[in-house]
Amino acid sequence: MDTNTQLLRFVTAGSVDDGKSTLIGRLLHDSKSIFEDQFSAISKTSEKRGMASVDLSLLTDGLQAEREQGITIDVAYRYFATPKRKFIIGDTPGHEQYTRNMVTAASTANLAIILIDARKGVLTQTKRHSYLASLLNVPHVVLAVNKMDMVDYSQARFDEIVSEYKAFAAQLDLHDVHCIPLSALNGDMVVDRGENLDWYKGPALLEFLEEVEIDHDVNTSDFRFPVQWVCRPQTNEHHDFRGFAGRIEGGEISVGDEITILPSGRTTTVKEIVTYDGNLATAFAPQSVTLTLNDEIDISRGDMFVKTSAHPPKVEKEFEATLCWLAEAPLDKSRKYLVKHTTRSAKCLFSRLDYRVDVNTLEQHAVEKLNMNDIARVAINVQSPLVFDSYDIDRSTGSFIVIDEANNNTVAAGMIA
Amino acid sequence: MKLVEKNMTKHTFTHLDALESESIHIMREVAAECKNPALLFSGGKDSIVMLRLAEKAFRPAKFPFPLVHIDTEHNFPEVIATRDKLASDLGERLIVRSLEDSIKRGTIVIKDESKPRNPYQSVTLLETIEEFGFDACLGGARRDEEKARAKERIFSFRDEFGQWDPKNQRPELWDTYNTRVNAGENIRVFPISNWTETDIWEYIGRENLHIPNIYFAHEREVIRRGGNVIPVSELVQPKPGEKVEVATVRFRTVGDMTCTAPVESTASTVEEIIAETATTRITERGATRMDDQTSEASMELRKKEGYF
Repeated sequence: MDTNTQLLRFVTAGSVDDGKSTLIGRLLHDSKSIFEDQFSAISKTSEKRGMASVDLSLLTDGLQAEREQGITIDVAYRYFATPKRKFIIGDTPGHEQYTRNMVTAASTANLAIILIDARKGVLTQTKRHSYLASLLNVPHVVLAVNKMDMVDYSQARFDEIVSEYKAFAAQLDLHDVHCIPLSALNGDMVVDRGENLDWYKGPALLEFLEEVEIDHDVNTSDFRFPVQWVCRPQTNEHHDFRGFAGRIEGGEISVGDEITILPSGRTTTVKEIVTYDGNLATAFAPQSVTLTLNDEIDISRGDMFVKTSAHPPKVEKEFEATLCWLAEAPLDKSRKYLVKHTTRSAKCLFSRLDYRVDVNTLEQHAVEKLNMNDIARVAINVQSPLVFDSYDIDRSTGSFIVIDEANNNTVAAGMIA
Repeated sequence: MKLVEKNMTKHTFTHLDALESESIHIMREVAAECKNPALLFSGGKDSIVMLRLAEKAFRPAKFPFPLVHIDTEHNFPEVIATRDKLASDLGERLIVRSLEDSIKRGTIVIKDESKPRNPYQSVTLLETIEEFGFDACLGGARRDEEKARAKERIFSFRDEFGQWDPKNQRPELWDTYNTRVNAGENIRVFPISNWTETDIWEYIGRENLHIPNIYFAHEREVIRRGGNVIPVSELVQPKPGEKVEVATVRFRTVGDMTCTAPVESTASTVEEIIAETATTRITERGATRMDDQTSEASMELRKKEGYF
């Protein structure tokens, strides 16, 4: 019953013009994940709008406001499954608030699909999407060269686009790029291979999504355990039980391992790894478990357990980060904000704005203030020390959000490096 | 305690393990950061999964929140029996507030007893939130249920009127959740946002969860009205000319008796339901909730009014 299917999260980057919604519609339709009532609803709408065939892109229109205006206003999550994997799609709209939405969807993604129109080749937006995928350290990238039907399924055209893209991508920190020619409209090389791209010998898109190796997308080497909640039942049966509940955000831990508690620096050993289903000998990221320890040490939410022997994280009150500003109100350098990092929150000040990155050209510009969708290099001072890694080592312990205490909005996302 | 001999290598971390771990993490975040949370519990399958996840998140301690049910009094008796049994087996506190309370207060005026009561549920829910001062309500809604939910955050904010503003949602990145609310506002938190109907059934099977028997195929008196199969109950009686027939059906959702339609099915085990769910061609709410069929935006409108 509990099949061995893994979960893969991916984000799709591209505009309506690239056929992004059609591609998602095609994936859902050809993998038989569209239901009849959904299909009949979009058929009716297509007819009402005077379209000749069913517009698969309508599947991803969510809200009344969007349907009225024919736009997409936010990240939507879609689900489908094949016998091999379960998929979560983070679908982001392609208009002006793009950066904010793509950063949000990419933050949890194993993989980014970057869509290109085969007629147009590598555009400014392709570079923007690729930069954001590298900034968020999305482990795998698929360059989906769509609309191959519009260029006579030409291998020469595909090769030309791929070499242009690879030249550009070499400037970025992208780890694993695969290029696939396809036609979302006709369904070639999406779920089925079709008959028009026989010269392409690699996997079709869905096959690639099913097969790409994702075991190492989490940090498997450095044990990181932010204490989330202290479990003290104080009942007769569990009178002395004192467990530290949390999610393992990196590496693995076994009973008997020596750990260091940060920021205090005290050390002890793991007594038990408690779960509802029984105690474990070993646990690993991203499991949620409860640890008990062999020594009584004052520990609370916000502390982090690491293996004493492992590569240690930093414990600092000052650090540098790349910040993506998400709020309409610009960053005010004179104000204090709140940083939430793992399970710890602290007041902070932005001590320096070094430069802003133009997401289209990757050029650095001097910066006085940060507006919505700006990405910038900053230095941050926090009131009490944070326990962190560089974002490229661990996406959980290297990331944080910034909250404006005046209205409690989430105003920025940061990646430490 | 005995050690589990299950070989938990990285290759056996399945999609259900991943979803479970995410949900546990979300529940613990609520327990740690919210002052006065509650878990909305109806006795339906999704909220039964929520209870198991809460056990996994908090045992051996008690839940750090009470269970709350907003009773329309249009519920199937089997569901209410399951609700009470589970709460009592777990030894957790169950608070029940009924639409009747609001009707007596005059805050709900029912026009037609035979009509669905879902539209009124939000009134009693908001009154209950105010009565107990809850700042966060954990709910078992899923994003695959409906288009509006596909765009809703896991931590979803409600203003002091309980309203959801889809255009003004906080960005939600990584697994770092902003749980802060101003006085008078509250959060609805959906730990199983990323689960699908199939995931729920697979988990019910894996965890061997007790669910109301009306989820399984049984014989029931029904009438056919406007393309829907409607269960006959004290609230729904045949109109002149309508014929009562006995059909083999099961429920995919168990809401208000007047608007929850069963599907014709012979699936009598969890395995058979999973097989049926895998091949079914109609969405869960599309097949079973007549109140969602009214317009393409009906769920969005109800959410804006404070429904769940």
